[in-house]
Amino acid sequence: MDTMHYFRVLVVDDEKDFLETIVKRLDKRGIGTEGALNGEKALELMREKRFDVVLLDIKMPGGMDGIETLREMKKIAPLTEVILLTGHASVESSIEGMKLGAFDYLLKPVKLEDLVTKLAQAFEKKEGQDQKIRSAKIKELMRFPGRVFQQEKEEEK
Amino acid sequence: MIEGKRQQDMETSRYTGLQRKIILLTLLVSLAPLIVLGATIYYQFAGMYRAKITQQITYRSRGLAQAVELFLKERTAILCSMADTHHFNEMIDEANLSRIFEIMNSRAGAFVDLGVIDGNGRHLAYIGPYDLKGLNYYQQPWFGEVMAKGVYISDVYMGYRRLPHFIIAVRRQEKSHSWILRATIDSGVFEGIVKAAQVGKTGDAFIVNKSGVYQTQPRFEGRILTKSKLETSSFGGGTTGVEKKNSEEKQILFAGTWINHGKWLVVIRQGVTEEMTGLFSTRNMEIAIVLSGILAIILMTVFTTRMTISRLRAADVKAGEMNAQLMQSDKLAALGKMAAGIAHEINNPLQVIVEKTGWMQDLLNEEELQQSKNIDEFRTSINKIEEHVERARKVVHGMLGFARKMEPHMEDVDINAVINQTIDLLGNYARINNITITSELSPDLPIIAADGAQLQQVFMNLVSNAIDAIGKDGRIDIKSRRMGPQIHIEVSDNGPGIPEEKQKRIFDPFFTTKETGKGTGLGLWVTHNIVEKMGGAVNMRSEEGKGTTFTVRIPIVIPEKK
Repeated sequence: MDTMHYFRVLVVDDEKDFLETIVKRLDKRGIGTEGALNGEKALELMREKRFDVVLLDIKMPGGMDGIETLREMKKIAPLTEVILLTGHASVESSIEGMKLGAFDYLLKPVKLEDLVTKLAQAFEKKEGQDQKIRSAKIKELMRFPGRVFQQEKEEEK
Repeated sequence: MIEGKRQQDMETSRYTGLQRKIILLTLLVSLAPLIVLGATIYYQFAGMYRAKITQQITYRSRGLAQAVELFLKERTAILCSMADTHHFNEMIDEANLSRIFEIMNSRAGAFVDLGVIDGNGRHLAYIGPYDLKGLNYYQQPWFGEVMAKGVYISDVYMGYRRLPHFIIAVRRQEKSHSWILRATIDSGVFEGIVKAAQVGKTGDAFIVNKSGVYQTQPRFEGRILTKSKLETSSFGGGTTGVEKKNSEEKQILFAGTWINHGKWLVVIRQGVTEEMTGLFSTRNMEIAIVLSGILAIILMTVFTTRMTISRLRAADVKAGEMNAQLMQSDKLAALGKMAAGIAHEINNPLQVIVEKTGWMQDLLNEEELQQSKNIDEFRTSINKIEEHVERARKVVHGMLGFARKMEPHMEDVDINAVINQTIDLLGNYARINNITITSELSPDLPIIAADGAQLQQVFMNLVSNAIDAIGKDGRIDIKSRRMGPQIHIEVSDNGPGIPEEKQKRIFDPFFTTKETGKGTGLGLWVTHNIVEKMGGAVNMRSEEGKGTTFTVRIPIVIPEKK
């Protein structure tokens, strides 16, 4: 696998200065990163491409807020891990986010090293999940080889 | 300070005023009926007693009057019977008269002399010690009276022998002419009767005539045949009691009965004081009882009122303290909310700064820039920026750190173990600064349900504050003990103490006594919030120059059995 694009990350934050810089820095560290300034844009991107981990600001003024976006994201790509990023210590929203399946949450300002570690952990978890699903599928296919077509059909949808 | 003292004085006077009001009202309500009752009983009793005494001397006066009247009637009756049973001729025979005189004296006594006077007032026969024979009484007023009424009893007069006497004269109608039998009576005899009634220390008995002249020798004041000070007109018919005051302002009771057809008045005189002794002793006893009652009421009232007021005061003080505590909590909660809001607004720009400097650092590592002569200056500046962002981050996270851990994670906690852990963690830091940490932990503390990590933070904050306060060389004592439904933990240091004006603000967020940059001013705020969330309280006692003691009170919550 290409180390330059080890895994793909989507950063969602309404703070443009932050977004631009973090995308550049993560890119520089070999993490394929894209940014979205709001929830709608993020969901759009997720429908187009596959991301392994999403870094999501929990509180964004105007439009969809973090929790809502998270809920939608889980519908689009249930296996993509989401790390919540918050400047606010709202326990409720953090807990709610965790309940909705967020991987963890980080408090702003966060150091890049810490962020990268967390992203890697999330990716590992996702990989593990993928691995399990893949092996489950293989087992299934070995038992019912006919289903490979069915699978493809579903994916086409 | 002065303001506070004035307020305290005002409060004190408010309580004293209230106390005075309650005492006065209670005393008024309870004493007034007591005094009225006492006075009423006394006057009723005194009235009855006086009436009884008056009645008593009235009886005595009547009895004496009867005795004297009887004496007079007896003598008059003897004279009458002698006159009625003898003829005029028999009577003027002096030998005969002398025999009659002897008979009379042997039967009744007290006759001094006996004489016969004819209708023209001539004294025709006389038996007695004086030479009265031949005197003519025609002009005397009594002669006319005896001739008109048939019987005459004179007032007492001083006789020839300077002895008090009086005369009884009776008229005998014999056919066409009438004559008079006249006898002189030694009033000493009935004086004996009267004197027998002079009882006690102040009791007197005497007879006065209509114009108030003594007919007998009174025991006090005055002599026989002198005028008494008694107003005879104030005595009505029958027996009358009269009350008077004498010169020494003593009350004296008189009771008088008219005898001798209203000519004489038999008087019993009695000093009230003597008779009233019984009443006075009763009165004194009553006064003593009432006074001791009053005293008891006053003492009880003052005592109970004082107790009530002091309880009230204590309750007020407690309520005031609770109010202050409540206000403090409210203030801290509001400040906390604001702080959290500000934190959010600061975190976003901080995050941008972090990223931007990070990016600059990333770029500095690129080859072309390595040759720049100011590369080291850039690096230092970037490092400084990062350092200060880190500082700001710590402040903000300190504030949010508490909030983030709002949901306590309940577990079984041994408080002593947590304290010991804290001492272990900070022991090194303390040793470096030559500070001794001693602990005196009660071994019988129960295991409680609490958030161990939060408790750890509380003790860490308190102990590290104590170390910072001391600076170098000193000691910190940590004590734990069970106090009823709570566990008390005391952290005392012998540092410089906290100035009084700063004590009130010690739990406020961002309030610090440490140098700028060394403390965030959040430690005690967080400590306070954690303990309060547990249902406990943190208190501080500090004296400048002596040190500071923080007391943490944590309610004992018994863990649920698993």
